[in-house]
Amino acid sequence: MDSSEAIEKREATTAEVEPTRGGRTYIPTVDIVEHKDELLLIADVPGATHDGIDIDYERGQLTVQARVVPRHPPERINYLLQEYGIGDFCRSFQVGEGIDADKIHAEIAEGVLTVHLPKAAELKPRRIEVKAR
Amino acid sequence: MFLARRSFPVMRMDTFRRDLDRLFKEFQSGFGNLWSLDERSYPALNIWDDGESICAEAEVSGFKMKDLEVTVMGNQLTIKGRREVSKKEGTTLHRHERFTGEFVRSMTLPVEVNPDKVDATLKDGVLTLVMPKTQAALARKITVKSG
Repeated sequence: MDSSEAIEKREATTAEVEPTRGGRTYIPTVDIVEHKDELLLIADVPGATHDGIDIDYERGQLTVQARVVPRHPPERINYLLQEYGIGDFCRSFQVGEGIDADKIHAEIAEGVLTVHLPKAAELKPRRIEVKAR
Repeated sequence: MFLARRSFPVMRMDTFRRDLDRLFKEFQSGFGNLWSLDERSYPALNIWDDGESICAEAEVSGFKMKDLEVTVMGNQLTIKGRREVSKKEGTTLHRHERFTGEFVRSMTLPVEVNPDKVDATLKDGVLTLVMPKTQAALARKITVKSG
């Protein structure tokens, strides 16, 4: 093969999750807290309700999407001050393989989504017993 | 890592800010730094005039009504809030982006509103205030009739 025709193999960057619906999508602020048995992901998703949440965990990547019902004032209304926009939330995290995917669960209250990621058994700290011989 | 938390592309922010300053010179605000959550700029506010009332909305996830204090006096609106996050023993905080602590935001509205008729609702982390204008403020609106 002629070197000038060589096809360049391009390095894949992390795939970005693209929204399928129209409108703007925002990145929610999160806190990540590690407990003994689980990892907690807490996200501020104001305006989202439980039926609008999609959580996907695949190959160590956790993707959280929260649908927000539009609540803009009527078109004719002009804002006096507009410091934020209204739209869905979406964020992805590289969590690693040590999560028991079947046991992931989440709850939402007051616009705060808490995702529980229970650690897989091998990852939990285990006390190794040392027997005296 | 730069996280886009607000809707405005950086280029539009200057024009928007200039227009706003020009129209509402007396409008006090805590624009501050839109990209950081310090107590001057948290929470972000949206304010609009629907004719009869001034409406204000703030995204305050995780706050309950008892954690918030809304005061209206004349044409001054003040919103205070407090959210503590308790750190449990034996836990590691890997990331902390959400606002914690106390905030105070004060706004000068373009007209006087009636503090007795202010309606405040908190749903799914969104605080909505409907502040009806006073009779005097409504009467000041001048209609131009075609003659």
